[in-house]
Amino acid sequence: MLGEGILKGLAETAKNFAGSFVSKERMTTVEYPEERLPLPEASRNFPFLVYDGTDWEAGLRCVACQICEKECPPKCIYIDKSKDKKPDHVGKMQIYPTKFDIDISICMSCQICVEVCPFEAIKMDSEYELATDDRFGGLLLDRHQLAKPNEYYHKIHPTEAAEVDARLAEEKVKADAKAKAAAAAPKPAAVPAAKPAIVASSVASPKEGEAG
Amino acid sequence: MKVAETSPGFAFEKAPEAEGWNRPPVIEPDGEGELLEVSMGPHHPSTHGVFRMDVALDGERVIRLKPVFGYLHRNHEQIAETTSYLSMMPYTDRLDYFCSLSNNWAYALAVEKLVGQAVPERAEYIRVILAELTRVQNHASAIGFLIQEMGASGTPLMYAFKEREKILDLFESLTGSRMMCNYMRFGGCRVDTSAAWLEATRKVVAGLPHFIDEYEALLSENEILMARCQGVGVLKPELAVNAGITGPMLRASGVNYDIRRVDHYGIYDRFKFRVPLGEHGDIYDRYMVRVLEMRESIKILEQALKEIPSGPVMDAKAKIRGFRPKPGEAYGRIEAPKGELGFYLISDGGNGPYRFRVRPPSLINLTVLEDMCLGHNVADVVLIFGSVDIVLGEVDR
Amino acid sequence: MKTVEQIKAAIEAAVPGAGVTIVTNPSPSAQHSLLLNPSQAIAVANFLREDEELALDFLSNVTGVDYLDKEVAEKVKVTKQVAKTVDGVEQTIEETVEETRKHLEPGHLEAVYHLFSMRKKHGPVVLRMRTVNRTDKVELPSFTPIWRSAEFQEREIFDLYGIVFAGHPDLRRLLMWPEFKDHPMRKDYVEPDDFEYEPTAHDSVMARAKSHEAAGEQASLSSAEAAR
Ligand code: SF4
Ligand code: SF4
Repeated sequence: MLGEGILKGLAETAKNFAGSFVSKERMTTVEYPEERLPLPEASRNFPFLVYDGTDWEAGLRCVACQICEKECPPKCIYIDKSKDKKPDHVGKMQIYPTKFDIDISICMSCQICVEVCPFEAIKMDSEYELATDDRFGGLLLDRHQLAKPNEYYHKIHPTEAAEVDARLAEEKVKADAKAKAAAAAPKPAAVPAAKPAIVASSVASPKEGEAG
Repeated sequence: MKVAETSPGFAFEKAPEAEGWNRPPVIEPDGEGELLEVSMGPHHPSTHGVFRMDVALDGERVIRLKPVFGYLHRNHEQIAETTSYLSMMPYTDRLDYFCSLSNNWAYALAVEKLVGQAVPERAEYIRVILAELTRVQNHASAIGFLIQEMGASGTPLMYAFKEREKILDLFESLTGSRMMCNYMRFGGCRVDTSAAWLEATRKVVAGLPHFIDEYEALLSENEILMARCQGVGVLKPELAVNAGITGPMLRASGVNYDIRRVDHYGIYDRFKFRVPLGEHGDIYDRYMVRVLEMRESIKILEQALKEIPSGPVMDAKAKIRGFRPKPGEAYGRIEAPKGELGFYLISDGGNGPYRFRVRPPSLINLTVLEDMCLGHNVADVVLIFGSVDIVLGEVDR
Repeated sequence: MKTVEQIKAAIEAAVPGAGVTIVTNPSPSAQHSLLLNPSQAIAVANFLREDEELALDFLSNVTGVDYLDKEVAEKVKVTKQVAKTVDGVEQTIEETVEETRKHLEPGHLEAVYHLFSMRKKHGPVVLRMRTVNRTDKVELPSFTPIWRSAEFQEREIFDLYGIVFAGHPDLRRLLMWPEFKDHPMRKDYVEPDDFEYEPTAHDSVMARAKSHEAAGEQASLSSAEAAR
């Protein structure tokens, strides 16, 4: 019969229309600003810089090695490396970025910077409501705006953050053991005071060897 | 030597001299009066993006049709020549933005061929699962758009998007992004899947056959759809092969060529699936081939989800950055949802490719657009174009 | 499937004077290619498509490549007559010395074709053709009459690399607009400094945008300035 196929299709839509009143499965729309779907844990948007401790400036894990700047596909990271060293949150002397800008109007949210960073210093945020009317100032984030505490990282990506913390702790134990061994070595005088920190930081970066 | 002066508009005025060329047939206008030249697009609701066709009409009949490209051109291939192999991976997401995971796979495959990198078993399974999920959501939405262009605005497309949403949720919870996944790496995949993710995927896959049944009940026997699609936009198999058409379009014309079967790239030789073939090569066959391919994809998904072994997802020796392949070249290709997607890389020993070429199925499948449209009505052009299933990000690169 | 050597032999048997050279590919992919002589290429291509055993009916991919002129330095051993004093007696001795010689290898444009067979389900067979130079002798025969799939791809190469495909029925620019000069994918292409830049926060684009601003060309850039 002509029209049978159309009727069959209409029956299908009618079923779904009626069904949407009773079954949650069939009611798929969410009324966005009022209602929100929970974000999956892996969700990523733009990067941020992790800091330990309470002082954001001292606690930044980033040591300005500039690997992320080099690998970032659209080249939206801009880093100036410090000439001097400052103590980090545990008092070790470290090189730090004097300038760390990310232009999030260009950032393609690809997570490459996170993958290549050997110091677990840069991670992906899941904040997405970032609209602004200022194309240049509002979307160019400097290091203060980018710095977020480790606790925040734990809040948005709990599993991943726990893994990272475990890995860092393990590396620290190893580095400490090595530093101790170096200190106990026959020629301790040959090692200047600041040296162990550098040794520790290079040991703490298993991926650094690939940097070339 | 004089370089041929390029001119906009119709160039077939100077008829091709070469003999035996598979040129589009010349159609003579039958009525009196002038031909009407219409520029369809680039901002036409049916052109999926910024695509333009210069059409010459005799009344309602299409006499000539020339596609005009380049409105979305961003020289993707040149970007590659200035960056490293790893940095290029997220750019491949943006080619065919409906199927970023297939693009990732094709590119990873080409680089793996170039450096001789093996991929662990589990990663191969994950790749197959993701690629087949991508195929299902691409075909569902391609059909949705086709029907949308027929005038059934909304309903079928929303049915497809409802299902696509579930698949995109899976992508997001695994890769972190819904469409720009950037997930595969040379020698494996970026992160491992959790047991919970596999469980969620099984649930979604278990629901897919019901979705396809529903979709078919909605569409397949619809008289309007049949009247508008059957016998329209016929593509002959000889021309399809000669013009390098691949993917569902080729198989709808009855040519049995599926790269999953021919190349056995990845681990496709382990799965049992059939390759659906069309008979007439018209729009309806293309629609039907896509529906059947979704069903076959579900079979592959079920097998892969059952057999997936445990193990690492990255090869221990694999390097994702800072490697310099020996000078040489490699062509890697996969059966992407739209056709053969290939990446051709030439290395000169540097840390980025010397030459990076994408073989875009969407662009090459448009070669025969004119042949298919000639003699049909303008309204059918929209439909025929929709049945090719293209994404402009890949056409213009 | 036949190896490249066998294909070469088959071509040479079928097309006398074909002048095919094997270009080896040292990478692990081992996809070796055949360098064709452009004057015989059409005959060779026809043979490859029609041959019962090869049946390469599917031209998948056409690529343009640009090789700049490059200076090649090679070490060569040369034997020289050197005048020397040995044991107080002046003699002429032959001596072998290593010398570095430099010569200019002219650049060329190349078109690479990847062929497969849909009937026999094998491939790829890679063909390449080279132009004489990069400036005026840039003509190659078009394969579009043999495989229609080359139609858009050869147009794209004509557009982006400037290889002129003789015998192409519709050789126009594909991606760039018709009035565009130059060929943007060539290695020595320099972008014209004539469009309005969307300045980014740093990098060369910003520097160029600033120079425009200095020239008083774009007042709108002051907001970019404020961002810094
Ligand atoms: S996410 Fe990607 S684009 Fe954004 S800053 Fe990191 S590397 Fe660059
Ligand atoms: S790679 Fe990590 S440590 Fe190095 S500059 Fe980037 S964020 Fe800082």
